[in-house]
Amino acid sequence: MSIGHTLLGLLEAGPRHGYDLKRAFDEKFGHDRPLHYGQVYSTMSRLLKNGLVEVDGTESGAGPERKRYAITDAGITDVEQWLAEPEKPEPYLQSTLYTKVVLALLTGRSADTLLDTQRAEHLRLMRILTDRKRGGDLADQLICDHALFHLEADLRWLELTAARLDRLATEIRR
Amino acid sequence: MSNQPPQNNTPGHAPAGSLLTATDLRKTYGTTAALDGAHFSIHPGEVVAVMGPSGSGKSTLLHCLAGIVTPDSGTLTYDGRDLSAMSDRERSALRRSEFGFVFQFGQLVPELTCVENVALPLRLAGTPRKDAERTALSWMERLEVDDLGPKRPGEVSGGQGQRVAVARALACGPRVLFADEPTGALDSLNGERVMQLLTEAARSTNAAVVLVTHEARVAAYSDREIVVRDGTSRDVSMEFTR
Repeated sequence: MSIGHTLLGLLEAGPRHGYDLKRAFDEKFGHDRPLHYGQVYSTMSRLLKNGLVEVDGTESGAGPERKRYAITDAGITDVEQWLAEPEKPEPYLQSTLYTKVVLALLTGRSADTLLDTQRAEHLRLMRILTDRKRGGDLADQLICDHALFHLEADLRWLELTAARLDRLATEIRR
Repeated sequence: MSNQPPQNNTPGHAPAGSLLTATDLRKTYGTTAALDGAHFSIHPGEVVAVMGPSGSGKSTLLHCLAGIVTPDSGTLTYDGRDLSAMSDRERSALRRSEFGFVFQFGQLVPELTCVENVALPLRLAGTPRKDAERTALSWMERLEVDDLGPKRPGEVSGGQGQRVAVARALACGPRVLFADEPTGALDSLNGERVMQLLTEAARSTNAAVVLVTHEARVAAYSDREIVVRDGTSRDVSMEFTR
């Protein structure tokens, strides 16, 4: 995920301090990986340098100075372009799983067992996500569903590969 | 995760506390071996997904476990009783009183209203109409379809019909619920809701659920899975661990 674009997008609603930005990010997108303060401030200084945000005000108190950031017109255009551009589909052409299956076959180990173990591990994670979905709000459900559908796609690949193991073994040993 | 199966069992023996156990089941149709050494066990309150590709023997395993099909060999034990030693009549009685079924398609009687459908197993067991329909409605409420009581199956959506079918399967308090691709005909959203309600309802009554599915997202509602491939299934809960 582009943290810069996400923070810019959050700024479109109005100027905020770095701390507020982090909180808004974590609340909406950081379920598993909350931002570090360092990430927020390094991202903001990059956006500032590129003219995508500007300092809207500075408060001095007992602690360090607190800058309030506002998005610029160039920043708004940047968010717009980012949203309009489709994400590159990730076809995982060099998957580790594929490599492991081929190596198992090449070295005479059980590729079936490898696939079974992987299936069990995928399902274990899918159960955790399904449980989380049950108790979660709509945002949780959508985030978990995204992960679940991807894991499901992996599992379908595991099934298909299991069904084609004999053929694959013949081909790679040729 | 509830009801972790015990790990200290000898191969081929029912794990302690197991409600339904199958050991080395074999079933041949003509020259085709539908089951070729299948093992399975389930505990009360446990949801076990039976997975595997089409034609692997999942449904045959379910039919054997439910006493619908008699295996050629192997042992089947339900609550300490040998299923293969029972007469057809005894097995039918067992299916009616202890087992519930949910299938993918066409399980509701079209001429009856939804509440009559749910009350049907209770009526067949001799419960007076009023009591049966009261129980039926409380199950329909749980499955969030109580407003469909007076409608006929033809007037409700696929997802609603499937919830009515789940309510019917649970209405007579089965100890084992057999669900064969229960969400196979539903879209993702409806399928997920059915699975959520089905597993919650079964767990609350400590019923065991044998869930046949080829969909991983459906299997993720289970406590554990067994995989059937070429008629063979292993159940790690039945294996000896050192």
